[in-house]
Amino acid sequence: MLHVEVSKQLGDFSVEVAFTSEGRVTGLFGASGAGKTSLISMIAGLQKPDRGVISVDGEALDDTTKSLHIAVHQRRIGYVFQDARLFPHLDVRRNLDYGRRMNRLTRDPAQETRLNDMLNIGHLLDRRPGQLSGGERQRVALGRALLSRPRLLLLDEPLGSLDEDRKAEILPYLMRLRDEAGVPMVYVSHDPDELRQLASHIVMLKRGRVAAFGGTEVLPT
Amino acid sequence: MFEISPTEWTAVLLSLKVGVVATLLATPIAIALAWALARYEFWGKSVIDATVHLPLVLPPVVTGYLLLLTFGKRGLVGGWLADHLGIVFAFRWTGAALACGVMSFPLLVRPIRLSIEAVDRRLEQAASTLGASPWQVFATVTLPLALPGILAGMVLGFAKAIGEFGATITFVSNIPGETQTISSAIYSLIQTPDGDTAALRLVIVSIVMSMAALVTSEVFARRATRRLHGN
Repeated sequence: MLHVEVSKQLGDFSVEVAFTSEGRVTGLFGASGAGKTSLISMIAGLQKPDRGVISVDGEALDDTTKSLHIAVHQRRIGYVFQDARLFPHLDVRRNLDYGRRMNRLTRDPAQETRLNDMLNIGHLLDRRPGQLSGGERQRVALGRALLSRPRLLLLDEPLGSLDEDRKAEILPYLMRLRDEAGVPMVYVSHDPDELRQLASHIVMLKRGRVAAFGGTEVLPT
Repeated sequence: MFEISPTEWTAVLLSLKVGVVATLLATPIAIALAWALARYEFWGKSVIDATVHLPLVLPPVVTGYLLLLTFGKRGLVGGWLADHLGIVFAFRWTGAALACGVMSFPLLVRPIRLSIEAVDRRLEQAASTLGASPWQVFATVTLPLALPGILAGMVLGFAKAIGEFGATITFVSNIPGETQTISSAIYSLIQTPDGDTAALRLVIVSIVMSMAALVTSEVFARRATRRLHGN
């Protein structure tokens, strides 16, 4: 369960958002500039809310009344960025293993194999990020985030920088992850079709406010 | 002509030793300072920045004299270090290393700072969302990505250190076997009648060393850049 009740002033723009989602995939929908990225940066801990509470499964990560702000690296919230952000100096294998090493987790070869198969990245392990296509990069970024064993996965327009063919290539992987990985997700997108296929709950944002909350029926057709 | 005498060898080896020690000790300090200058705004930042660059623009003899005043046997810091830790700089090779370290410091800091500034902060953010603490981010992302600049700075600093003359001779004089580096040896030989051939030999040696340093830095930088572009 994800509970968010935050406000933040960003120059002339302010984000004031409250919602609670039990969904396996919560879709954050809105035009660019609606505050989607600000909101998930706050959930990730990359930005601090001016006021408010963020909690995951009842555990508070931010609570400004108690001056509580859990640091990004201690939140165990995975983040898949639009631009993948793979480490260019590490090969795919070491990119995938990064979260495990940083959190000093024990190796789980079964999970590694399962994810490699699920994302079809097993044949890329010895390559460098520079040698991957956009779609491959995004699949590795998904695997990397999941292998850090997060309790929540944030996806910020992971298909945003891909063309239509690549999008169609990645979507099935995302649906498999949703059904098989067992990690709740927050999925940011400005594409209603994408969200209809992936999300169960929709938070619709407009100019920093929640304009609608509900099932996929709130999405514009 | 190409018979290098033992005294000349001593000077060459001393220069190398001074250069290596100065570079290795100055590099961690330079990285820490470059990091602070690249990433933080703090009170007195421009003063610190200017102070770091001062040896680049001051007459070397002035830097040497200031070192003598500070780190000499009766100097404020030098006296304390000699009394309490037994570290003496004045007229020792350690003093030559200190002088070379100070003189080459701006050349070290600058490329390191630029390369830290060039590191994509978004990669650091990605690392922290994967559970890396700020120190881990620095060690596993920032530092490796800044490596070309760090190596370039080290080689440049080393080349400057082995060639340093003015500050060294002012601070620790020109004692064969102790503080006579290749530069001060050349200077002495030019002052000596019939020293021309020997001076020329050392000139050739120093050209070869400097060229080697520059080529090495180029090779390192290229290799590191290739690594960073992920190919």
